[in-house]
Amino acid sequence: MSLTNIRQGSLALVNVARVQSRGALYVAQSRIRQMMKWIWIILGIAVANPVLYLVSVGVGLGGLIDKSVGPAGVDGVKYLTFLAPALLAQAAIQGTIDETVFPTLEGFKWFKTFFSMNATPLSGKQISYGVFLAAIFRATYTVLLYFGVMWAFGALESVHAWLAIPTAIFAGASFGALMQALAAKLEDENIFFTVLGRFVMMPLFMFSGTFFPLTSMPSFLQWIGWISPLWHSTELGRHLTYGHPLSTTMIWVHFIFLSVMLVGGLYFSARIFTKRLAK
Amino acid sequence: MSNPLISARGLTKKFGDFTAVNGIDFDVFKGDSFGFLGPNGAGKSTAMRIIGATSQRTSGSVSILGKDPEINGPQIRAHLGVVPQQDNLDMQLSVVENLYIYGRYFGLPRKFVKNKIEELLTFAQLEEKRDTKVEALSGGMKRRLTIARALVSEPEILILDEPTTGLDPQARHILWDRLFRLKEQGVTLLITTHFMDEAEQLCDRLIVMDKGSIMAEGSPASLIKDYSTKEVLELRFGSDRNQSMADSLRSMCDRTEELPDRFLMYTDDGEALLEKIYAADFHPKTSLVRRSSLEDVFLRLTGRTLIE
Ligand SMILES: Nc1ncnc2c1ncn2[C@@H]1O[C@H](COP(=O)(O)OP(=O)(O)O)[C@@H](O)[C@H]1O
Ligand SMILES: [Mg+2]
Repeated sequence: MSLTNIRQGSLALVNVARVQSRGALYVAQSRIRQMMKWIWIILGIAVANPVLYLVSVGVGLGGLIDKSVGPAGVDGVKYLTFLAPALLAQAAIQGTIDETVFPTLEGFKWFKTFFSMNATPLSGKQISYGVFLAAIFRATYTVLLYFGVMWAFGALESVHAWLAIPTAIFAGASFGALMQALAAKLEDENIFFTVLGRFVMMPLFMFSGTFFPLTSMPSFLQWIGWISPLWHSTELGRHLTYGHPLSTTMIWVHFIFLSVMLVGGLYFSARIFTKRLAK
Repeated sequence: MSNPLISARGLTKKFGDFTAVNGIDFDVFKGDSFGFLGPNGAGKSTAMRIIGATSQRTSGSVSILGKDPEINGPQIRAHLGVVPQQDNLDMQLSVVENLYIYGRYFGLPRKFVKNKIEELLTFAQLEEKRDTKVEALSGGMKRRLTIARALVSEPEILILDEPTTGLDPQARHILWDRLFRLKEQGVTLLITTHFMDEAEQLCDRLIVMDKGSIMAEGSPASLIKDYSTKEVLELRFGSDRNQSMADSLRSMCDRTEELPDRFLMYTDDGEALLEKIYAADFHPKTSLVRRSSLEDVFLRLTGRTLIE
């Protein structure tokens, strides 16, 4: 037996307008299908991470810090409350980087699946947006889980604590978009991973006002915070969750910084995808 | 005749200073099984990517289903099934999942895709592997899956770039059989290959390509008729003696070719020529009379063999 059913033919079957409006969603769906193959590992990490952090840094170190600074607290609150928005944003960033950088390398280089997607009505732009959307999905549930663990640990004293969820996802989205564009440009990924891990992620995590206010760092290191989406998002998160003082100007600065990174990252990512596919 | 489904004029593609496709012209009509025969580096894949509406041409004009791929890429790709030279399946997903997500990329309804998958699994003889991860399939199975995937949207034109390169003889024959069936159903096929037997088996019409240019065009039979004799006599004298024998044999027929391992004599009657050679007291180690093939056409046109 072979194709016995009556052939309708693509002219009757394929609705290009439909693909043009929903293409990115189709790509995101298949990315999520991929993700589901690793879902238990992803979820395991998503839970283990906050548990470890909260036990060691949050509760352990936090207890010491809270004791030594006394009722004034760090930035006026308990150490864990101060830390929470930064940890959430860090988790979101890690999630989006995993789901933008690896699939992008896989799609262009390892399995070349983007070339097969691009042989359908899908465009390079839709493929790039689809990968990005799936990454946001991952960041969202990672952050929600993280938040749940914090809640279970009693680490959330502010009723506005949940407002750190969107600011964290915002950070993940901005950084993820930029990293996706970079990954799409990449011919040799080995150096990239070394640089990304040691010279980008680590310093950003350490020097973005994550563990102590940026202003208490030596001024020659403070610029790292200024270029870090983690710091910008954390400042917003702290402001929203416990009223960390921010001037209106600074609120706009943080917001605009993250937005420019997001929009710019998406724009360049779409462009680079399109170009690389059309070679 | 009706309008061609694919039409190219002066199609050119450059990578920097290097010209991969050098001003080629061709037309493919509905129901054709059209081939690009040429050695590695001829520019076949580059031409396929342009016709596949993914790669941009440098100059010339191309029309596919009456549209320009530079302007209407998605509208054209909607009606193509593409089997690239390198399988680019999703290794982490199963056979069924690969077919399913691909169908969705064409915006096809879930239910249609699900039914179609059953039909394609049978067609590709992969029913037993339906839930196997692609990673674990053999080369021939991956190739059949890539072809099945390209058929999920019932394309008007199926583009196959070296469909059987890297497969063992049995896997090739299975694949040829599947492609025959498609041809019978009237699917327009565009096939590239560097195997002359594949071109002879599958193509009604083909162009012979070398270094980015078209050397000749026609049906396999007409190309052989135009560029070769009916038969070929192949002689081997042993590698050290082929050369000296060649010098004395050359006058015995109109056209000869010396290859490193054998000496070819073009004639309409191989047996008669062989008798003459024995009569003249030549004693080849082995001799073979065969029909001319596209390989001989290529040799005639370029002075080289298809597979170096
Ligand atoms: N993306 C590219 N960049 C530079 N050169 C390329 C690229 N793709 C193909 N080429 C060159 O173009 C020529 C034709 O390649 P190709 O179309 O793959 O030939 P074929 O498919 O006939 O073997 C080769 O010399 C190849 O190296
Ligand atoms: Mg090729």
